[in-house]
Amino acid sequence: MLAYLLRRLFAAAVMLVVIVMVVFSIFFLIPKWAGVDIATSFVGKQADPAAVRAVAEKLGLDDPIYAQVWEFFKGIFVGRTYAAGGDVTNCAAPCFGYSFRSEQAIWPVLTDRFPVTLGLALGAAVLWLLFGVAAGVLSALKRGTLWDRGAMIVALAGVSLPIYFTGMLSLAVFAFGLKWINAEYVPLADSFSGWLGGMILPWITLAFLYAAMYARITRATMMEILGEDYIRTARAKGLTEQVVIRKHAMRSTMTPILTMLGMDLGALIGGAILTETTFSLPGLGQAVLNAIRNQDLPVILGVTLITSLAVLIANLVVDVLYAVIDPRVRLA
Amino acid sequence: MSENAEDKAVAAPAQSAGATLTKDAAPGETLLKVTGLQKHFPIKKGLLQRQVGAVHAVDGLDFEVRAGETLGVVGESGCGKSTMGRLITRLLEPTGGTIEFEGKDITHLGVAGMRPMRRDVQMVFQDPYSSLNPRHTIGTIISAPFRLQGVEPEGGVKKEVQRLLSVVGLNPEHYNRYPHEFSGGQRQRIGIARALALKPKLVVADEPVSALDVSIQAQVVNLLDDLQQELGLTYVIIAHDLSVVRHVSDRIAVMYLGKIVELADRNSLYKAPMHPYTKALMSAVPIPDPARRGVKSERILLKGDVPSPISPPSGCRFHTRCWKATEICKTTEPPLLELRPGQRVACHHPENFEDQAPQDTILLSDAKEAAELVPDAVLEESAETSAAVAAETGAASDATTAEKAPAGKKQAEEK
Amino acid sequence: MTESTKSGAAVGEPAAASPAPSAFLEVRDLKVHFPTDDGLVKSVDGLSFTLEKGKTLGIVGESGSGKSVTSLGIMGLHTAGQYGKRKAQISGEIWLNGTELLSADPDHVRKLRGREMSMIFQDPLSALHPYYTIGQQIVEAYRIHHDVDKKTARRRAVEMLDRVGIPQPDKRVDNYPHEFSGGMRQRAMIAMSLVNNPELLIADEPTTALDVTVQAQILDLIRDLQKEFGSAVIIITHDLGVVAELADDLLVMYGGRCVERGPAEKVFYEPRHPYTWGLLGSMPRLDRDQQERLIPVKGSPPSLINIPSGCAFNPRCPYADVPKDNVTRTVRPELTEVGSKHWAACHMSQEQRERIWTEEIAPKL
Repeated sequence: MLAYLLRRLFAAAVMLVVIVMVVFSIFFLIPKWAGVDIATSFVGKQADPAAVRAVAEKLGLDDPIYAQVWEFFKGIFVGRTYAAGGDVTNCAAPCFGYSFRSEQAIWPVLTDRFPVTLGLALGAAVLWLLFGVAAGVLSALKRGTLWDRGAMIVALAGVSLPIYFTGMLSLAVFAFGLKWINAEYVPLADSFSGWLGGMILPWITLAFLYAAMYARITRATMMEILGEDYIRTARAKGLTEQVVIRKHAMRSTMTPILTMLGMDLGALIGGAILTETTFSLPGLGQAVLNAIRNQDLPVILGVTLITSLAVLIANLVVDVLYAVIDPRVRLA
Repeated sequence: MSENAEDKAVAAPAQSAGATLTKDAAPGETLLKVTGLQKHFPIKKGLLQRQVGAVHAVDGLDFEVRAGETLGVVGESGCGKSTMGRLITRLLEPTGGTIEFEGKDITHLGVAGMRPMRRDVQMVFQDPYSSLNPRHTIGTIISAPFRLQGVEPEGGVKKEVQRLLSVVGLNPEHYNRYPHEFSGGQRQRIGIARALALKPKLVVADEPVSALDVSIQAQVVNLLDDLQQELGLTYVIIAHDLSVVRHVSDRIAVMYLGKIVELADRNSLYKAPMHPYTKALMSAVPIPDPARRGVKSERILLKGDVPSPISPPSGCRFHTRCWKATEICKTTEPPLLELRPGQRVACHHPENFEDQAPQDTILLSDAKEAAELVPDAVLEESAETSAAVAAETGAASDATTAEKAPAGKKQAEEK
Repeated sequence: MTESTKSGAAVGEPAAASPAPSAFLEVRDLKVHFPTDDGLVKSVDGLSFTLEKGKTLGIVGESGSGKSVTSLGIMGLHTAGQYGKRKAQISGEIWLNGTELLSADPDHVRKLRGREMSMIFQDPLSALHPYYTIGQQIVEAYRIHHDVDKKTARRRAVEMLDRVGIPQPDKRVDNYPHEFSGGMRQRAMIAMSLVNNPELLIADEPTTALDVTVQAQILDLIRDLQKEFGSAVIIITHDLGVVAELADDLLVMYGGRCVERGPAEKVFYEPRHPYTWGLLGSMPRLDRDQQERLIPVKGSPPSLINIPSGCAFNPRCPYADVPKDNVTRTVRPELTEVGSKHWAACHMSQEQRERIWTEEIAPKL
């Protein structure tokens, strides 16, 4: 088990380095080949040539690519100082780059926005796991009944309706129409109840989409598992149906669901752009949306790296959980 | 028969591709010759996929298949018999050794080089459900070899397919049906028709009847029999069922952990098996005769399981489970020798024959344990026959053989 | 209904009217039907037999003959895995030790499962849960029916593993199924099914997935354990060799019905149904001299949705055209006694069958 864990960790670390290098190349090499001046895109098209030159020098854009990658890596761990002539900008220890558009280091932006997105993703995940899996299991057990059909129609609706539709609808009804909740984002540190109020609609909206997908997958998996020989063995032992489902069938059903959860959570942490925009949540998604609009490359680069990191960590957690659930994985 | 016409049609490419010097092998002549055949599947581990070992699936086979005969290959799961089938049809690339078909080395021929050969060597698979594409009609399935080889049979593809269908006992009118409309036995017939389409010389059948019901098995076995008679086919039939193999084969190879332990003509093998494993294998087959129920006097129970082919035992691979194993079995691999005409065996202490290593008399501790599972009657009989053979061939080894066998028996009695 | 079984129970009478039988297990007119889109699948269609403690009944048949469904029906598992609509329909009577199972409270039947009657399945790898250790699975089977702590149950599991011949049982008990070989898994499965000393053991193709040398070990084990525990055993298989090894009585199934039933010696040496002849003729035999040709049964097994009217074997029977007295072809032949405790369901007269067997079939086998 420990060996398995170490192997996974090592693989994750290698993966991270590869990702940084690939992302870096995409952002710096390809524009170069395409003949786009990166410095211009860093400061903006309106800037005068001298300013562009200064930025290029400051960022070391004229250095060879490996030197740039190295500088970037170093910056993550020891911080970085951008200097050109007398113009010195400091970027403290976990330096994920510096935005010359907004004149600020990327890292504080990320740390500022990350908790919002994380809270949104995790809260929604709890909801969709609870309701999606429960609905899926019930549908599998009541196959062909009115409940099953009803649940699957709702699930189909959930999968097909876009977030901005369900989100706007829920805002219109619950926040503006009924005025049950005040749909404004309040940081958790300021007020728990305020935070809860602001998050509840985004959670439900996001969870609705995912719960629908999870219900469908759970139903299909559960039906397959219930046909397995070892479920028949469990019944042949004289176990009650409840124990058969809970102890024997559920554990197997969780495996594919965990895999999905790892990928979905990872992707969501990188920014639930639609949900964040619909509910005006100041999360990573919004940050990246703004950055794209302003062609603020360093921010996009930083968020991309954070997203990859999130997917990586989520998958690592899933791998570990997988090994806990399925003993066969531990040996592989 | 349209055979001649078709031969003409296909003769040109076949010859140009290299099967130049050979004519069709006459019955009894060697059609396929395998020397030192090996297949090791590497086991890769870790991030860098380093090779940490290998599954020795097939580890040095020597045998030949004669034109017109049926060679049966038996063995338990993991003995490498299916891998062997895939090697001689060149669906797998051998790790070592050579395969000669009609005198031509085909061991490392590429896809293009094998193409003319594919016409002559065909395979029938075990599972009639998964080896037919469910989206194609059986007409398409059976005519696929014509398309792939660019052959235009006389009278057209459709007519030829219908002829093949009737040859394997199916209704030619079912040309346009899909595999799911057929039962398991009928699907296996379709598989056989496909294999016969190009009039192959050698048909390799891997467990052709084991997925079928008993009554259907017999239909397919008889069909294979009839086709051999009519078309002069040569078969290699791989199966785990010893009664089926005995029924269909002229000669039989017994495999254990990637090796042939015994290769003999059918009657010798079943009447007087020489390798202890062959003997154990045959005694394990349940006999459909209630009068023999509970009679344990003949059954040899092997202890434990087949060892892993990743690290096969040293010397004779069977020594960990054999009740006759001595030191030499652990240290020296016995060669496959023709001890009796038509009967090759790889054993230091064969049954029904003179001991090959009479000086080595002390049983391994494993062998003593194994002997406890062997009925006294079998040990006595084995001692008697060995003694008789020894007496015939000279008095020299007489004392030791007679001494050795009761040693195993004593162990059995202690229990 | 002319069936003259030992119990004398007239097939088809309502359950309440029939008295509890003296036999340990008695199945009367069992029917298991599965509704599907294509129609009603009559997997078992009127099956009756009895079994005493300490005896072994072999049920022989090909795929789709209803032999596995019969065993699931006895265990009350025929609806297992079926949820919502379209459950299997079962009728008839199953008497186990004086209790009628089909009319009994389902929870009562559940409590009998695993304790009074237990089952071994064909493929031990898929029949054991991959995520639990062998020990956990045996302990669970023991603790449902015995109010003991985990330690005691674990000791019992180790004891059972030892009994079925697993080396180092105190270590192996903590292994997962995938760490066992095929033969070891089947031994563990047997240990699990015997942990509560059941009086009825049903083995559904227990050796089909195993190699022949391992099969010999397992058959040996089942025979020894039966002697030791004195339970009644039903062994379901397509392999006549396996039943000949174990069974006292034999029941040959075809198309969901019993075509022949009797002591194993009778069925093997004096079979009285053309299908049984077909099975015997289809099988190459190691204990005889080489047969020139096998004698297969023509055609394929019947569809269980459209079982031929009359005798289900009629379309494949080589003797379908033999002239028969006073027989309507479309009437289903009943089991009639053809010898002591030996029944067969065929429209041919007993003399006709005796003649065909001794003159035409037996010499060719």
